Amino acid sequence: MKPASFAYHVPKSLDEALTVLAEVAPQDGRILAGGQSLVPAMAFRLARPAHLVDINRVRELGRLAVEGDELVIGALVRHAAFHKSAAPGPLGSLLSTVVRHIAHYPIRTRGTFCGSLAHADPASEWCVVAAALDAALIARSTRGMRRIAAADYFKGVMATALESDEILVEARLPLLPSDTRVGFYEFNRRAGDFAMAMAVVAYRVEKGVIAAPHVGIGGVESRPRRVVEAERALAGQTPGRAAFDKAAEALAAAIDPIEDAQTDAVYRRELARAVTRRALEHAAA
Amino acid sequence: MTDDMDIVLTINGRRHALRTEARRILADVIREDCGLTGTHLGCEHGICGACTVILDGEPVRSCLMFAVQADGREIRTVEGLAANGSLHPLQTAFMEHHGLQCGFCTPGFLMLAASILERDPEIGDDDLLDALSSNLCRCTGYANIVKAVRAAAASMRGR
Repeated sequence: MKPASFAYHVPKSLDEALTVLAEVAPQDGRILAGGQSLVPAMAFRLARPAHLVDINRVRELGRLAVEGDELVIGALVRHAAFHKSAAPGPLGSLLSTVVRHIAHYPIRTRGTFCGSLAHADPASEWCVVAAALDAALIARSTRGMRRIAAADYFKGVMATALESDEILVEARLPLLPSDTRVGFYEFNRRAGDFAMAMAVVAYRVEKGVIAAPHVGIGGVESRPRRVVEAERALAGQTPGRAAFDKAAEALAAAIDPIEDAQTDAVYRRELARAVTRRALEHAAA
Repeated sequence: MTDDMDIVLTINGRRHALRTEARRILADVIREDCGLTGTHLGCEHGICGACTVILDGEPVRSCLMFAVQADGREIRTVEGLAANGSLHPLQTAFMEHHGLQCGFCTPGFLMLAASILERDPEIGDDDLLDALSSNLCRCTGYANIVKAVRAAAASMRGR
């Protein structure tokens, strides 16, 4: 239950961090941000990185600000920052609803938004938010900068498009128009536990019918994603029970649920249907 | 880059200069190097909350941080709660309301509760329950812990 030895690096600037990471990445060097997933994995010796590059002293990574039509979330922005509305309109209220489902407060004071995205646990709340809202992920390395669309970023269980020498320096979420309806629902067995299924939805109502629907599902498949079949079932429909049931049905039929010791695919498909319907009801409420 | 590092931790206002391996977690250094064994380690992977301390005003799991990361920062542990020979109102309330049985989880609950009440002295019942759900107790069934924290909040507001 004690982490194995590693060489510890504490860069003070992003340039220094990128240089150190470029050097140690080929020797199993990893980034340490909030550490709320990496440190327990090291305690169990599931992870034994030879080098840790601790970015907690890189002040420039702490930015949380609206820039144009995006909310910019720097690599050191902790989960707890989202308890207060971090963005105007529905985006801020969605984020402050979701954050209350991430572990517990003493974890949220350390864990970071970008760290969750880099870790890419299928049960991560921020990952499904990023997928549902088409976030852009900004990766930096000494080789340059890349902007990666969420749809191209999540590759599987704890697998992303990031290269080992890249730091996820920012996540950028599009601001949502003020009339956007947003909803979230998560199912787990105990408060603060990993999600067994969760859904993030957003849509607008134009002339009485649903427009621009987004339906994201997480904790169900190996990676979070938008489910186009559910979105098609919503578009042009009157918001309400009938449309929501159809969308949840379409989602349940379209997914490929992961299984674990407690949860088989049949049960997880039912959970996915239920959380989708409830997230849509939450949005409509 | 080196394996052993010189760091300074300020714990309950007292400066501790020490040398440690980077791999050692904060809880172990607080207990073994600083001799402050009030901070307990239960699960050692962030689930139980027994090791909760207050770092620069915020509650953290001291099993999920390396001690080197706390270099130069202010830490408060259960040993710092009582002042001038009098127990903190939370400690008194835990005694009066039987908020502990075996006592193993108590330091973590006290530090969690202290940080909650410092952040929001008027915290409502739902938010308090939500916040206290972050720590585990295997004896009390929680009811008396919640009762004790509510009573402490009331007595702290009254002072």
